[in-house]
Amino acid sequence: MSSRKVVIGSPVGLHARPAKLLVELAGRLPVPVKIGRDENQLVDAASILALMALGVRGGEEVLVTAEGEGAEDAVTQVVELLARDLDSAEQAPA
Amino acid sequence: MVDELRGNPASPGAAAGPVVRLTPPPVLPEHWDTPAAPEAELAAATEALDAAVADLEKRAASVSGESKSIMDTQIMMAQDPSLRTGISDAVAGGRPAAWAIRDAFGKHVAALEAIGGYLGERAADLIDIRDRAIAAALGLAQPGIPAVDGAFVLVGQDIAPADTVLLDPAKVLGIVTEKGGPTSHTAIVARALGIPAVVGCAGAAGLADGQRIAVDGTRGTVAVDPDDDYVHRIEAEAASLKEKLAAHSGPGATADGHPVKLLLNVGSAGGAATDAAADAEGVGLFRTEFLFLDRTEAPTVEEQRAAYGEVLRGFSGRQVVIRTLDAGADKYIPFANTEDEPNPALGVRGYRVGVRNPGLLTAQLEAISLAAGDHDADVRVMAPMIATPAEAAAFRELAREHGIGKVGVMIEVPAAAIRARDILAEVDFVSIGTNDLSQYTYAADRMLGELGELLDPWQPALLALVANVAAAAKEAGKPAGICGEAASDPGLAPVFAGLGITSLSMSVSAVPAVRAALKDHTVEQCEILAAEVLRAPDVPSARKAVEEFSARSVDQRSRDGES
Repeated sequence: MSSRKVVIGSPVGLHARPAKLLVELAGRLPVPVKIGRDENQLVDAASILALMALGVRGGEEVLVTAEGEGAEDAVTQVVELLARDLDSAEQAPA
Repeated sequence: MVDELRGNPASPGAAAGPVVRLTPPPVLPEHWDTPAAPEAELAAATEALDAAVADLEKRAASVSGESKSIMDTQIMMAQDPSLRTGISDAVAGGRPAAWAIRDAFGKHVAALEAIGGYLGERAADLIDIRDRAIAAALGLAQPGIPAVDGAFVLVGQDIAPADTVLLDPAKVLGIVTEKGGPTSHTAIVARALGIPAVVGCAGAAGLADGQRIAVDGTRGTVAVDPDDDYVHRIEAEAASLKEKLAAHSGPGATADGHPVKLLLNVGSAGGAATDAAADAEGVGLFRTEFLFLDRTEAPTVEEQRAAYGEVLRGFSGRQVVIRTLDAGADKYIPFANTEDEPNPALGVRGYRVGVRNPGLLTAQLEAISLAAGDHDADVRVMAPMIATPAEAAAFRELAREHGIGKVGVMIEVPAAAIRARDILAEVDFVSIGTNDLSQYTYAADRMLGELGELLDPWQPALLALVANVAAAAKEAGKPAGICGEAASDPGLAPVFAGLGITSLSMSVSAVPAVRAALKDHTVEQCEILAAEVLRAPDVPSARKAVEEFSARSVDQRSRDGES
């Protein structure tokens, strides 16, 4: 099993837009990735509803885990995505 | 005489046409028969959810920008694997298709609502998908705007965000909703699309499909079965008003240049950019409740500082009056209020919460002070629900300790309005919250539509209290503003100017009409008008006094023009 911790880079937290980008990434990865505040509270990174229900805020640390072939690389990709400010990348506030 | 229903003016303009009612979301009875063939129910439920997703995708394809992004996220939510699992679990537990869908969504809706804030609002997106899927499973018409030929006036309880993106201004002549205020989603979208709209019109519940109605989004009225003369008249008035409003801009003032500041009521950081771009002189009421509602604990000083900064940034060089937390009554906040008050409107709310829980108030003042330092808006602070001069003095001291220079209080309690002179001796300015002041003056709950007449801002006792506050402020040489609904009434604007009110704070959309109404009168005319209105014994005579006065002025002007 591969697991790493990462601080959420989007100030808005794991809200709709960053959650959507994570779900899109998770769907492309070869193994299921789980995410949560600790190992007892892990949810499927491919479920936007579960991610949103975590209510993770910007600056919070989360745990990313995966199992199986390619797990290491999958976790790295997710960690890199989460560390970025996903909200500022494309959003022009109305 | 045409029969008129009243609501809130939400988007200016006038239009007439046949009613088309929004199809309401399906309501499932609490009892169901356990299906004989669960496989068939699972297939039906899956098919219904697929149909709802396909429908969303079709709608998403026709929009762009922010709307598209919102709908794409909504589609992803609808496709979430946990919904499919939930449906199959519910079917296995003996639910028919429609109930299985309801149960599968229920857990997620509750989870998002529990988080509140931005994520809480996404619960509405989920509810929208759920209702569409349930309607499909039951073979009912899809909730929302029915597909009809020709143009119509859309009537409903309220319009869901997903439906508003589909509003076609070529077909939707006007909008009337039973619920919602001037800042509701429906109102914002209607204004953006230039569709005349009246919201919060309780009488609209009685309107039936096909009935001809005329909507006047400027006055907030809906006429049932109007004759052609009536329709022509309101259309002509709307056109001339549009022309007139476009003719004015800049700071608020009477015809002879007596200034009355035009300020904005701002309720969140969300629309900050739009608000800042508006032609207004600043913010007269920045409600801070949005940061505290739907949470289990208070926001930190740093979070508050950032959120206030969002708004201050756009108002560089302009005044921004930040109101400290107004928790209680209709704005229940678990960590600030207690549940066991028999009469929350008369309980520990507004400033009183800060007295019981000083940490909340001092953290907020600290955040405001820090945010003010981060930006160069002219920041002032005011406390809600002040009843006595001693409370006003205590708040002033606390705010000054936090380095805030300009400190005011809201006048919302009759006691404070009656003793305005003593209150003004303690603070730099006052702002009258006419909504609560009406509620407390007339002992009429703001939430009870049935008592709406007593809460009319034209009520003489309310206006008498406003006059008392304005006179005291004039004497003290300090500003007295109005930041309740009354401030957005163009009919009352010259009356308030005549009483000596120095600023009017309202929603962005109300500004042009209020500005034009002030420009229509000299300060002397405003004073005469105010005196006439104060003499009126009831609402109809007060309104009549203004109508007759303005008719006389128009006659006068046209005679002046001829000579």
